[in-house]
Order: sequence, then C-alpha cells, then structure tokens
Amino acid sequence: MTEQVTFTIDGQEITVPKGTLIIRAAEELGIIVPRFCDHPLLDPVGACRQCMVEIEGMPKPMMACTTTVMPDKAVKTHLTSELARKGQEGTLEFLLINHPLDCPMCDKGGECPLQDQALAHGSNASRFIDQKRRYDKPVAVSQQILLDRERCVLCARCTRFSEQISGDPFIELFERGALEQVAIYEDEPYESYFSGNVIQICPVGALTSTSYRFRARPFDVVTTPSVCDHCSAGCTLTVQSRRGEIQRQLARTNMAVNEAWNCDKGRFGFPHLTAATRITEPKLRDGDALVTASWTDVLRRIRSAVTAAREAGPGRIAVVTGSRLADEDAYAASKYARAVLGTDDVDHRTRFAPASERDELAGIVGRDTATYADVERAGVIVVAGLDPEEEVPILHLRLRKAWRNHQARIVVVGPHLGTLADLAWRHVVTAPGTEAAVLAQLAGDGPLDGSAGEVAEALREVDAPVVLVGERAGAGSISAAAALAAAGDGGVAYVPRRAGARGAIEAGLAAGLLPGGRRLDDADDRAAIEEHWGALPAERGRDLHAILTDAAAGRIDVLHLIGVDLARDAPSAELARAALAKVGTVIVQDLARTETVAGFADVVLPAAGRQERAGTTTNWEGRRQRFARAIDGPDLVQEDWEILVQIAAILGKDLGFSDLAALRAEVERVGRRATPHPLPTVDEVVPAVGTAADDDGAGVTVVARPLLLDHGTMLTGATDLLATARPATVALSPADAAAHDIAAGDLVEVAGANGSLTLPAVLAPDVLSGTVVVPTNSTDEPAGVLADRDGRLTATLTKVSSDAAEEVA
Amino acid sequence: MDIGLPPALVTTLTFVVLVVLAWLLLTRSVLGRGFSVPLRNILRGNETAQYPEKPRPVAPRFHGRHQLNRYADGLEKCIGCELCAWACPADAIYVQGADNTAEARYSPGERYAEDYQINFNRCILCGLCIEACPTRALTMTHDYEFSAPHRRDLVWTKDRLLAPVPPGGDDTPHTDREVRRRGLNYYGGLAVTPPTLHGGRFKPAAPAPAARAGEVVPTGELPAADELPPDPATVGGPTRPEPGRDR
Repeated sequence: MTEQVTFTIDGQEITVPKGTLIIRAAEELGIIVPRFCDHPLLDPVGACRQCMVEIEGMPKPMMACTTTVMPDKAVKTHLTSELARKGQEGTLEFLLINHPLDCPMCDKGGECPLQDQALAHGSNASRFIDQKRRYDKPVAVSQQILLDRERCVLCARCTRFSEQISGDPFIELFERGALEQVAIYEDEPYESYFSGNVIQICPVGALTSTSYRFRARPFDVVTTPSVCDHCSAGCTLTVQSRRGEIQRQLARTNMAVNEAWNCDKGRFGFPHLTAATRITEPKLRDGDALVTASWTDVLRRIRSAVTAAREAGPGRIAVVTGSRLADEDAYAASKYARAVLGTDDVDHRTRFAPASERDELAGIVGRDTATYADVERAGVIVVAGLDPEEEVPILHLRLRKAWRNHQARIVVVGPHLGTLADLAWRHVVTAPGTEAAVLAQLAGDGPLDGSAGEVAEALREVDAPVVLVGERAGAGSISAAAALAAAGDGGVAYVPRRAGARGAIEAGLAAGLLPGGRRLDDADDRAAIEEHWGALPAERGRDLHAILTDAAAGRIDVLHLIGVDLARDAPSAELARAALAKVGTVIVQDLARTETVAGFADVVLPAAGRQERAGTTTNWEGRRQRFARAIDGPDLVQEDWEILVQIAAILGKDLGFSDLAALRAEVERVGRRATPHPLPTVDEVVPAVGTAADDDGAGVTVVARPLLLDHGTMLTGATDLLATARPATVALSPADAAAHDIAAGDLVEVAGANGSLTLPAVLAPDVLSGTVVVPTNSTDEPAGVLADRDGRLTATLTKVSSDAAEEVA
Repeated sequence: MDIGLPPALVTTLTFVVLVVLAWLLLTRSVLGRGFSVPLRNILRGNETAQYPEKPRPVAPRFHGRHQLNRYADGLEKCIGCELCAWACPADAIYVQGADNTAEARYSPGERYAEDYQINFNRCILCGLCIEACPTRALTMTHDYEFSAPHRRDLVWTKDRLLAPVPPGGDDTPHTDREVRRRGLNYYGGLAVTPPTLHGGRFKPAAPAPAARAGEVVPTGELPAADELPPDPATVGGPTRPEPGRDR
C-alpha cells in the first residue's frame, strides 16, 4: 500500500496517498478550488494560476493543482484564507483583462467555467480601462474547430490533450507574453480524429465547433444519455436536442470505457438521421423506381414473397444483418430467422469469414475477455488484424495511454503497421490472413528469430499481456490469440469494428450459432433454445459467402437485409451485386438510401436510428450498456425488432414479445450457456477464404482496411466532419514501388479481378512487400470491386501519372 | 317656543343637530351608506374612457408588446444570444442564432437572430426579457392592442417584431463592406471593447489557415484592408464618427 499523508484543509483533517495533488484532496472533502487549466486526466501544468491556496509555512500562495500534499501542513483555501481569496480574485481580474466579454454571442455562454467562476470568485468590477488585445476571429483551425484567441486564457488544456492524450500535436502555444496564443503549425491543418474533445475541455469559448456554432444554449437543449453507435468502442455519449433535432453530442464521462473522451465520428456523426438520403417511409419497387407504400402493403408483399419461397423448397430464404443493430434487434432477428423463417442461413458479418470462426465466436461468449482496464495495465499488447485508430478510436487512446504511462510494448502482427506506427514496439510481419500462425508460434516453445523472438521473450517476461484480434486477422486467430494470452495468464479480446458485432454474436446471428454462446450442433444447446423458440433448423446454414454464391446462382428467392449495404460493403462487390440482382425479392430494412436500396431493394422498410429509440448495446469488451431515446424519428419509422415482430405476425407466427421489456425479459430467460464452449485448438482451423496471396508474381495482395471517416452510410451529411477525413491512398512498400517505378504521390491504378481503383501512392516501409493497403470504402467504388467472387483481393499496379499533386497545381 | 336662547344660537344648534343626524344616517345606516356612494360620485368628474375612440396614455414604463430595435443605419440590435429566452419565465420566446456573413450582415458582431419568435399566448408581459437583453435590442412598447382571432396569429415572428427602418437607414441584410465603411461604433462602451465587426468569415480549413502572430492586431485596429477607417472604439475617444467622415 502506498504511503498515506495526513494534513488539514480548511481545518478538516484528511488522509490521502502520498503524491496526491491538493486540489484532488480538497475535492474529496467537497471543497472546490476554482481552476481552469487543471484536468484530472491531463498532466498538471499550473498555467492559469487560478487555484491559489495558502499553505502554512509557505511565504506565498501555492497552486493547488501542482502542489502535492505534505504531512501535517494546514492548507487554507479561499473559504478560510483572505490571502487565497484575494489572490484568486486578482487572478480572475487579470484573466478578464483581455477576455472580450462577448458572452452573449459566445457558444460557451451558459456553460462556461470562466463565467461561473468569475461570478463565484471574482470581483464585481474591473479596474482595467484600456484597449483590449484583439485578434482576428474566429480562425478555423480545422473544418470543424474554430479558434477565438481573444477568449483564450492560455490554460493549455487543448495543447496538452493533443500532446498527451491523442498524440496529434498540431495545436500548440506560440509566442510569448501578452501575445502568447494557441495556434496551429502553418503548413499543417489540425487533423485529428479526437479534435472535438478540445472543444469540450476548453474552459472558455476559445474553441468552438462549426456544427454547433450559434445553434442553441445549454438551457434550451434536452439532454439524453446515449451510447455511440459508430464503432464497437461503446463510448457513452450525451445527446443534446432542441425541438426534436439533435444539436450536438458530447462525450459522457465513463472511466471504464471512454474516460472523458470520444472521437469526432461519434461526436459529429449524427446528421445522417436528417440527411436527404434518410428513408422515412416504406417503399415498394415498381420497375426502376421505389414508390411509397403503406406498412400494410409492404407487409403483404413480404408475406407473398416468403410464402412463395417456402413453397418453392427449403433453403430459398436468407437473412443478412449488418453489425449496427442494437442487442434487442439482434436477438429478434436471430429468433425471426430460426423460428419464423425456419432457416439458419443468417450472418451478421460483412466479410467472408472462415467456417471455423463460428466455433471461435461461440467460445468467446461468456468467457472473460480483456477490457479497457486490462489494456491500460498490460505490459505487452499484441494487436493482430486491427488498426485501432481507424476502427475503434477509443481503444487507440487506451493503447496510447498504456504506452505513455508505463511504456507498454505494443506489438503489431500483420502485413502493415497502419496508424500504430508511432506506438508500435515491434512489428511481426506476416502475409495477410496468416496472423494465426504467428500467434501460434509466439505461444509455442519453438525458437524464434528476429522481432518475433523478441516479442516471445517480452511475452514471457510480463504478467498479463493482452492480445487483441481484429476482423482482418485470418482464420484461427482468435483461438491462437487465446492460447497466446493463456500462456502468459493474460487477456484476449476479439475487437470487431461495428457497434453491434459483439451483440450479434451474443444473439447468435451467424450460421450454426445460437444465443448465449450456444451452438446449433450441440444437443443440449438446441434443447435449451427450442424450449423458448420451438423447433430449430436441423442443419447448420450458410454464411455470407455461401448465401451470396447461391443467390447469384438463383438458388435464393428472398434475401432479408437488416442494416447492411451489401452492394458496397460485401468483400466481393461483384458477387454481391450479381446476387442482389438475381434474388427475386430483396427486403431491406435500413436507415438510408444506400446503393443496395437504390439499386436492388424490392421492399424497403424504414428503421429507427440509435438516437430515435431506446435499447442496449454491447461493446467489444462484452460490456452491455443501455441507451435512451433522445429524439423522435420520422413518423413512419419503426425499430428493427418491431418490424420483425410485425413480419412474424403477418406470417402467422408470434415472436413472443411486443414490447422492449418483454423482449429483454426473454433474452434474460434464455441467458448464456453455463460454461462457454472451448475455443477450437489452433490446428483445427482451415485457411481463410479470400486471403490467400496470388503467387504468380505479377500481382500484389491487397489489404482493404477501413478508414474512420469514409463513405459510410452513417456519415452522410456530416460535411464538416468528412472534410477532415484522411485521403484515400494506396500504401505500398518502397521495394514494390521501385519494382513498379512508382514514386510517392504518383497516381496508381490498382486493377483487381472485377474493377480498379486509382489512388495516389504513399510509400510505407512498414508494408509487407508484395502487399498494398487500400481503404475499404473511401473511394467512389468500394475496394470490394477489386475482389474476385471468393473475396480474394489481388491486383496489378499500373502507374497512371506521376506526382498527381504537381499536375493539379 | 321660547326657551330663552338667542334665535341665532337656536338656528346654529338646529343646523348642527341636523348635520350630525345626516352624517349618522349616511355613515351608520345601511340605507345611508348605500346612498352615499352615488351622492359622492355626483360631485366627481366623468371617469368613462372613450376606448377605443380615445385611448388613454399608459404609464411611461408600461409593459406592452415587444419590439426588436435597430441601429440608426438599420442594422438589427439583436445578436441572437437567447438571453431573453433564458430569462423568460413563461417559455414564450424562441431564438435561433446564426452567423453573419460578409454578404449578409444583420447585426454587428458574429451572430444574429435568424429566427425570433415571441408567443403572446404564453407571454405574461413581465419584462424580464428586456432586462436580460445585453444590447437593448428587445424593448417593450406601449402597444397593448394585439389580440388576434387565432392563436397562431399571436406567435409574433421577426417580421412583425422588428422596428421600422429608421429614416436614412436600410433594411437588413447589409453587406459587411457597407457596414465597415460607415465606421460606426455600435456599442459605445468605454472600458469594454466592442465586439469587432468580424464574424461569419471563418475560412475553411484547406488550405491551412495562417494563425500565427503575424495576424495579431494588438493596437485595436481591424486587420488591414485599404478602405477601412480606424476603429473608433478607442478608450475615451469619440463614440460617434468624427465630422466629415462618411456616414
């Protein structure tokens, strides 16, 4: 136990661990010392000089936010010390000398620490009668952040956040004395995925957002707690709406998950709910057009299509759900497919997963997987098939925190480093899809050389390493990672990208999987589920690849898509489009008019968005969080589970619930398997579909990796946010570049099996030679057009023009 | 009857007794108290107001319907800060702020009220809103004749609330250039620097904005633009444009 220190604050005795700051100790007693620069998650700096307290024996007032506790000293705050009170009042007067006091037009007005503390601790009048310092205002430090230097009190919270938390030190303090100011480097715009946080922590109105500019005041917004639906991080949010429209979203403090931060996608990514592409009413296809219909009409159409498909024979109906569903929807969809449609042809993944993954996913549910806290504590963190900053940004902040606080050694296993390049300690280079082999080797006893050897050494040294496996890690990676983590008594976690993926696994939304980590081929599991659902399909169904292949061959009549845009998101766009064109009735239940809806849907059902409904969501840790309804959606939208209940009813079945409480109660009753299924051993796994490299020498293997801000459905309308998106590039190793005579900046045509992308080249030494990295969905055509029908991504590179930038100029 | 008293005294006493009796009758008896009211009012002037033909003047600080004021050049005083809405105990005011742009300037500073509504179905005419107004944009007039046949007509929007354009001024929007050329000091404060005319002009991020000290204007002058006059808001200086300068 750490050493304890006892002293008094305003006469009250308190005992805290040695090294505690006086301001924190005072908080424990409920004494709030005014402060601007102090933030519990940032390093102390003592920039604003507001938190003066008097300490016995010290000649001058001391800063409570930088002074640690001292034994037996008497600390007096402004409540009991005239010296401290007068000092604080004087500091406030100084801070307000150059503050423009344009509170009425400032977005921070009403929730401004400077306003509040000037009222609580400041003097009534200022003695300053001269001209105030003036700057041009506001300056756009990025498309979504505006800087007003006149209002700044130079607390350095934003610059410390950028440097210490997000690691994008584009924003800095420049100049000295009266001219000291926050600014950005001249040549580099402030491009960070976490830039919105500086708005929230700014204690004055110096940093404001373009999207919330002059929109509302704190008193006239309705505040609702919510959980972000953009990725599997599960950040808690505060949604603020006015007159039924979302005005802004803020990070809600939850130390176990997102601490006090969130990413810009979660903060600014809500305009899709009101975008022009939003589906607001049911529609039916009439020729090339989708025409508005009533709910009764669309339900009848679904009934006739499903009835006809059933009569045509078994296996002619399939359900594909995206991974954006809330847990309740996922459960309803799982039950709907099995108990109503009588099919196990269901998949929540938008990738062609290896068949063995079903057993791995079943094994994860109910197992103690790694959490954010484990990541923060771990000495060694192995990351395979995952680019945290692009996929789960808050996890990236945790990795960075571990790296910064105790020099955690971050090991990347995969064909490239991605955004972990700055943090990674070692990079174990593997061909795409072969991560499992490396993880198995690291866990084994065999001698290893190179960086793998060092990693194995490091893993043996530390307690509780953490192994994180993403969606792009090849077949068997989860099992191999679990074995590796178990060898070091550490934690493992499967980190999917989308918000509903973990919830979908829990609900059994994959062929052969049942709710609660149960398997269709296990007699006990079947019996447990049949008790609630009735008879289950006898055979294990098809996964996405098989569904699409059979659909393209005309063996599927009805395809029910829930929140998934297969035409863009499927690994093989060609196969997906062929399949969607061939299927007789494509039922799409979605938020927005996606490519799938516009081009292929026969029946369109409008669904409610996250902020328009209540529900539960499970993040990658397996942590369940409830969210509340913040606004009303368009009149005719319904929640996904409600739609399924109605479809079931018109098909003559009862899903067994008609409200959220009953649904939740049933999920509770079904529960999880008592003991999780064991994860398959590593040698049981088969090579992944769609990742084998083309070895004829001419082509390169393509790794398609999603960027955080891309052409995703849920980013429509967020123009300021999208303006900060990272550019789409093709990253290739210098060796490959030399072989193809490509220089950085050249426009390169990446020609795949069914299409090509033309992108500027970036030379990246961390990329495995023979491999190029392209963004999944940042181009007009998705990277899926490069793939063949098995989802294999191979391509040839052709230089189109040299140095695109120069040509444009 | 002679009781040996002088007749003058008898007359006086008789009068006194009669007066006392009349007073007692009027004040003590029910009937008397009833008659005393018309009797008193017979002596008073006519109280009937000839409304609506001749409405009476109201008290100088009467709380009538609201008005959104303008500066002499026609710019709106309202900056859309919503403090009136905040102060309103009846939740009768709705304000939506927006950005002034270089082409369309409605008020000095960065912000103006894009939408401004007072719902007189709800308004209790308490006047807290006008006390909250930081620019004296919102004041109350002496007009109280604003009943309407429909509730909807009692929601007053900006077009009805705005004061008429003063003679010589122009209706909003103005262009930023015009406003700068006039060089008026809209706030007229001494110790407090008025908010500059800048606003709604933030440039997009690309190319990277230069935010370095080269742009610092510590002297209180607006950033250099050839046609701009010096900022008149210097301490203790004239709050009106100097004679001879373009209005």
